[in-house]
Amino acid sequence: MARDGEDAGMVKAAKVKRQRKKKTKENKTRTVHANILYDNAKGEENPNRHYANNKIKTTKYTLLSFLPKNLFEQFHRFANVYFVFIALLNFVPVVNAFQPELALAPVVFILSVTAIKDLWEDYRRHRSDKEINHMDCLVYSRVERRYVEKYWKEVRVGDFIRLRCNEILPADVLLLTSSDPDRLCHIETATLDGETNLKQRQVVRSFFDLDCDFDPTKYNSIIECEKPNNDLNRFRGYIIHRSGRRDALYKENLLLRGCTIRNTEEAVGIVIYAGHETKAMLNNNGPRYKRSKLERQMNVDVFWCVIILLVMCLFAAVGHGLWMFQYGDKRPVFDVLSPEGTDLSPIMSAIYLFLTMIIVFQVLIPISLFVSIEIVKICQVFFIHQDMDLYDEETDSHLQCRALNITEDLGQMQYIFSDKTGTLTENKMVFRRCTVAGVEYSHDANARRLAMYQEMDSEEEECTSHGGTLPRRDSVTSHQSARVVLRSQSTKSHRRTGSRAEAKRASILSKHTEKDITPDPQLLDKVNECSSQMDFMRFHSQPMSQLPSDLSDIIDFFIALTICNTVVVSSPNQPRQKVKLSEGYAPPALLITNRSSNRGCSSILSSPSAESTLTKLDEEKPPNLEHTFSPVPPCYSEKAWAVAEGELRYEAESPDEAALVYAARAYKCSLVGRLPDQVTVELPHLGKLSFELLHTLGFDSTRKRMSVVVRHPLTDQITVYTKGADSVIMDLIKPPNTGNSKGKRQKKIVYRTQNYLNLYAADGLRTLCIAKKVLTKEEYACWLQRHLEAETAIQGREELLFESALRLETNLHLLGATGIEDRLQDGVPETIASLRKAGLQIWVLTGDKQETAVNIAYACKLLEPEEEILTLNEACALLLEESLHYIQIYPSSSPSSSSVPFMVHRLGLVIDGRTLAYALDKSLEDKFLAVARSCRSVLCCRSTPLQKSMVVKLVRNKLKVMTLAIGDGANDVSMIQVADVGVGISGQEGMQAVMASDFALPRFRYLQKLLLVHGHWCYSRLANMILYFFYKNAVTLIFWYQFYCGFSGSAMIDQWYLIFFNLMFSAFPQLITGTLDKDVSAETLQQLPQLYISGQNSEEYKPYMFWMNMIDAFYQSLVCFFIPYFAYADSDVDLFTWGTPITTLALFTILLHLGIETKTWTWMNWLSISFSIALFFTVALCYNASCPTCYSPSNPYWTMQRLLQDPLFYFLCVITPVTALLPRYFYRACQGTLFPSPVQVGRQLDKLPAETRRNILSLSRVKVGSPLSTKPPFLSLAKPLPKDTITVMGHRQPLECNLVLLVFYVKVFWILGLV
Amino acid sequence: MIAAMMASSYNAKEEDGHHSGSSSHGGAGAVKSKKPDNTAFKQQRLPAWQPILTAGTVLPAFFVIGLIFIPIGIGLYVTSNNIKEFEVDYTGVDINSPCYSCAKNFSWNSTQSCVCSVNFTLEQPFESNVFMYYGLSNFYQNHRRYVKSRDDSQLNGDLSALMNPSKECEPYRTNDGLPIAPCGAIANSLFNDTLDLYYVDSNSTKTPIPLAKKGIAWWTDKHVKFRNPSGNTNLTVTFQGTTKPVNWRKPVYELDPSEADNNGFINEDFIVWMRTAALPTFRKLYRIIQKKSGTTPTLPSGRYILDITYNYPVLSFDGRKRMILSTISWMGGKNPFLGIAYITVGSICFFLGVVLLIIHHKYDTRNNSADIPN
Repeated sequence: MARDGEDAGMVKAAKVKRQRKKKTKENKTRTVHANILYDNAKGEENPNRHYANNKIKTTKYTLLSFLPKNLFEQFHRFANVYFVFIALLNFVPVVNAFQPELALAPVVFILSVTAIKDLWEDYRRHRSDKEINHMDCLVYSRVERRYVEKYWKEVRVGDFIRLRCNEILPADVLLLTSSDPDRLCHIETATLDGETNLKQRQVVRSFFDLDCDFDPTKYNSIIECEKPNNDLNRFRGYIIHRSGRRDALYKENLLLRGCTIRNTEEAVGIVIYAGHETKAMLNNNGPRYKRSKLERQMNVDVFWCVIILLVMCLFAAVGHGLWMFQYGDKRPVFDVLSPEGTDLSPIMSAIYLFLTMIIVFQVLIPISLFVSIEIVKICQVFFIHQDMDLYDEETDSHLQCRALNITEDLGQMQYIFSDKTGTLTENKMVFRRCTVAGVEYSHDANARRLAMYQEMDSEEEECTSHGGTLPRRDSVTSHQSARVVLRSQSTKSHRRTGSRAEAKRASILSKHTEKDITPDPQLLDKVNECSSQMDFMRFHSQPMSQLPSDLSDIIDFFIALTICNTVVVSSPNQPRQKVKLSEGYAPPALLITNRSSNRGCSSILSSPSAESTLTKLDEEKPPNLEHTFSPVPPCYSEKAWAVAEGELRYEAESPDEAALVYAARAYKCSLVGRLPDQVTVELPHLGKLSFELLHTLGFDSTRKRMSVVVRHPLTDQITVYTKGADSVIMDLIKPPNTGNSKGKRQKKIVYRTQNYLNLYAADGLRTLCIAKKVLTKEEYACWLQRHLEAETAIQGREELLFESALRLETNLHLLGATGIEDRLQDGVPETIASLRKAGLQIWVLTGDKQETAVNIAYACKLLEPEEEILTLNEACALLLEESLHYIQIYPSSSPSSSSVPFMVHRLGLVIDGRTLAYALDKSLEDKFLAVARSCRSVLCCRSTPLQKSMVVKLVRNKLKVMTLAIGDGANDVSMIQVADVGVGISGQEGMQAVMASDFALPRFRYLQKLLLVHGHWCYSRLANMILYFFYKNAVTLIFWYQFYCGFSGSAMIDQWYLIFFNLMFSAFPQLITGTLDKDVSAETLQQLPQLYISGQNSEEYKPYMFWMNMIDAFYQSLVCFFIPYFAYADSDVDLFTWGTPITTLALFTILLHLGIETKTWTWMNWLSISFSIALFFTVALCYNASCPTCYSPSNPYWTMQRLLQDPLFYFLCVITPVTALLPRYFYRACQGTLFPSPVQVGRQLDKLPAETRRNILSLSRVKVGSPLSTKPPFLSLAKPLPKDTITVMGHRQPLECNLVLLVFYVKVFWILGLV
Repeated sequence: MIAAMMASSYNAKEEDGHHSGSSSHGGAGAVKSKKPDNTAFKQQRLPAWQPILTAGTVLPAFFVIGLIFIPIGIGLYVTSNNIKEFEVDYTGVDINSPCYSCAKNFSWNSTQSCVCSVNFTLEQPFESNVFMYYGLSNFYQNHRRYVKSRDDSQLNGDLSALMNPSKECEPYRTNDGLPIAPCGAIANSLFNDTLDLYYVDSNSTKTPIPLAKKGIAWWTDKHVKFRNPSGNTNLTVTFQGTTKPVNWRKPVYELDPSEADNNGFINEDFIVWMRTAALPTFRKLYRIIQKKSGTTPTLPSGRYILDITYNYPVLSFDGRKRMILSTISWMGGKNPFLGIAYITVGSICFFLGVVLLIIHHKYDTRNNSADIPN
């Protein structure tokens, strides 16, 4: 499968390359003309004819090319070539061992199974291609002078396409016109990046002013743009009009294939890229393939098998040479000449025999191993997928396995690298506190209210279902009652198992907390006072600058919160209607004039949301006070929304933006509309104000801030509002002039704000600073000029814009700061605790500031209060090195600490981005790692995405450990791709992380079951299956026979049995066991995370185990060969009458061996074993009865039938498997008693009744204290332990101690039980 | 909403086009909840038997195996011991042996057959039916190229194969342009010594012992696998146009001059020989000495003479030829191995059981409480 993926990628890459080559001859850019101009001149003259059409074909094969192409691809796997080589070797008469046709059977079988699978997949692709190619869309036809329906596949570059609401885009289309009043088109890009919030796309600027409908026939511009590429966030080009005017094109003008048109009735565009050249298709790379650690290990052992095979062949060849040699010239009658009648020298026949033996011993290399592993992995993925515990009710999503072949890696993880926001936390931001102009508003009421919700969530809240003090929706109560019923059945410990009702309720809870903010009364008063003053001043035409500075700061603060963002106001699924206001003061009822459709708009003003009624203000703004005041009146317009629930929905790209807008709304500063050029805000007393939006300088991770430039409607000033991380904003604050009182006050404000920021961070809140800057007209004009230059530049536009932003965001005036809470996800501390017990090192890599990160780390138990925290904040390389030196010496100075588990000094390492940059330097990375390894937890703050991936790469490569990266956002993508296993959280921040991941989880806490249970199972199942496979194939009875047939390569086992033995007779039980075997139950695995350590240490499949299995196979083959040998020695038995019992008892031995290794016997195991035996006998009986003259040379006619009448056969079939398996059985029994592995102890625990198990597990967590603990090692271990024994030791020497303890407890319990 | 679902299913089709099997559930399940079924199978909660291998749980198995195997072993051993067997090596390696000269002067193309006779004495009478075997040692009838060197179609009486034998028979396929019948190395090396047994009574008179040559081959071989070419009742005519194997003295249709229907491919000595032996030391059934009546032993104790028509050379490859007389039991010929094996394995099991019991008592307290009801 890996090969398939690679090939698909390669083919695709090659295709693209070919296309590129073709294009480079022509041009570096793509020129698109409108097709309708060339409709008459079909073909040749159309300048667009070279571009790919919109027909997609993702299939790899055609009917004709399937066979050669598929075979070619399959032969990329070395094993297949090897087996075909062996099969072909059989066609050479001198060396052939089997009937050539028959020898082809296994390899043909394997190849055809794979081919059928490929064919089926390709057929599915073909069908879905066909379906997509035959979807309809409206294309303008010059002949009919209207838009006609066409199939997607008929769309060509240069076609005009009309798109309607909720249609899916057939190709990458340049937006030319839209029915939207503001020439916008809303699209949903969920299929591309999974983000469900609507994105606005703009009509190309030159068509913006078009008043009447767009007429394709009048279009005569030429578009020049870049070559097709896969960057979704980039599109550059320009459109050249007949007039010679050039207009730049941006990604905002491009609608991408696969997106869905929303909220827009109609849009028309011209196709720029079609079919395979669309960005969506270029991004579609298919599933990813990785090689798992287990498979890498397996490949080493396959290699060893090859060595063993060669040694055996060589041995046999030498043996044959010697055997020939001893006869000298006297040729015995049984040494047949070659077909040509020529006499072979011993050396030549030895060489021939070597090749023959390779054929005869081919079973040693497990041909079906690869196919079996693939089958088992697909089944494992199926079961993981079906697990109810990994299903999230709230989002109706499961775990997704995006990489199908690394399931077993989940059981071997050693390091987890986690993102913080959205992974550990909900990424649902709740506004908690703010500070404005140096005054802190603690929002106590809000905090209390939140605490109340929290309480509801907590244990005590048993029956507040109806009489709750908080208003709730009816649905809540019904779910509540359902939950109470459920609760009564289950014990309290299962509280967090998440029934549907509970999940629902949690979602309602989070909805509440996100949107409802109880305003701080003090601040509210000030806001009211301020706005009424402003209202007053406006009426009296006083300049706004007379406002006291603290009050103006407050109002600016809220305006900044409201407009300094990219939040889109929407109401779900309704196309927007533009309502033109004829006069500013017209009564609302008359305002509703619908331009294009008859759909009425209920009201212009949305009343405050239904939910915010519970945060009732003492005074409600009377509706008639509403004014439309605008200093820029030329085309004043106002948005009206067809609001279904009377509620505005804010769609924000990041949840903290939404939280801030909701917070501002609580203070009656609501965002009511956003257009590309204007933002409408509703303020108390002042009514609706429209801010002319001059520029938006978007957020980026380097600047860590965003700004908007607006013209303030009241003061008519050009104002810059900036919002960003405190560290950057604080540096940009205009240094206060300490001379005057104002400056002093400003300094004080900055100082205080910084204090509060530190406090917020200490509380684990995310902090943002809000600042503003007023520009004079000249300043603005100056900046604007350079900014426009930057905007219109085609080369290096991004860099220029970045510089332009830097120029603007200086000398800011600090308004205030906010503290937003990001709630921890459910069960995160528990999950981290149990993952840590499982021996996993957890590193948190976050972009957040240090204090926030540290606090979250404490909250989720990543850091513990008693831990000593090493904080590395040294930006200077020398100092850093020094400190690293110091720390490096530190743990090594007390080496005894590691040997005495409970004396381990527990360290936590906190490092920030700047220091990390130094630490990741080549010269320092080893020291950094040495320090990090000796710490229990590592926290990297302020790290960039690149740093995250560098850290993962460093740990992975240097420490040679298995790494897992988990994250939810685009900034985690690189880290997810670098790690051995990447896990994406399908959370709030879109799907980029999920797209890049191998597994996608709905919630962080599912990681526990995924790793501890499924990871463990998948690993132990596959490891055992692979070991068993090697064993099974190594039982080479034929080798021993060579000693008795003159090393002639003869086989006593009929070739049919020999070839189908592994392929059919013994194939099914191991697949069943490999898929279904459970060594320990899911409950125990979760309760005893320590069991995971066995997977980390690869204890199920160590290199020595391969050799042990080989030795066992060696012994068993000896037994299976020599017992029949002696039983039939010097008798009249013929070759195949002797070989058939050997086959039979080898089958029994192999199946019983599997039986010993099987830990869980379900009916499927029984069935598969019985089926195997039945199949063997049925096939044997039929085969032996079918044809008396066929199947030369073995000619087994009636052999099995005779054997079944022979008592000796049965006696052999009883004693041989018993003898063969005696050592293993005995060893397993002794091991289970004398030195049980942790997993075996877990299984013993499983056997105990549930209550006992719980007792033991709880017992093992507390001090021993039992008088029965007479054995000194236990006592000495147990005595000095603090209460959290297991956890303490879970760090360094978890296995031995825990197990000894556990075994001990099991025993103690039984003794107690006896008494 | 519906559009959203369309979009998502579209997505599933296009973007997941490469996905196989299990991941394809998303598209169909988009309408309903994707919640997995709560079945025991899918949740991996099938009822199961989970044996744990510890000393305590395993030791009964060892004792049981021991207790079953030892009696079986004793039974087998006794049965094997009751079988009477007598063996004479007549290869003629030793200069004193009666067949020394025959062995020495052997030549394939001598027309004169060499006869030698061996005297031996049976100490004990053979009561039931006695099977007479010839045994060969160091004869690799299982050599890979040897085993293949035959044409089963020809032996089954296929006329076209008779005239045009399979290539597998090379280099014993044709001789002087004529197809060899039966072709191949196995047939070519047919054992052709003749053994005759005489009882010498007290007054030195030689009484020939009747040796049955029928019923020594498998019934299915004689009646299904091996058949003479049909068409003509006269075998001489049937085999016209073929030639005898190089090493044979007489053609296949004259193998048994005494019985007409024991000739051609269905000659039982030939059939027995064609069933290639598994091991280089083997015996093949030659004749059966039927028990005559109730009281007299089949072979009374006393002196016997074995007359050998010495045709078959084995000295070139250090082979040995033997004549074996053996009675037979329900489990075949004399072979004490299986009985001993059963006794040994049974004892080992028993011993290991004891070891486990000790281990169990010392280290495994768990099983002590197995009888505690839970």
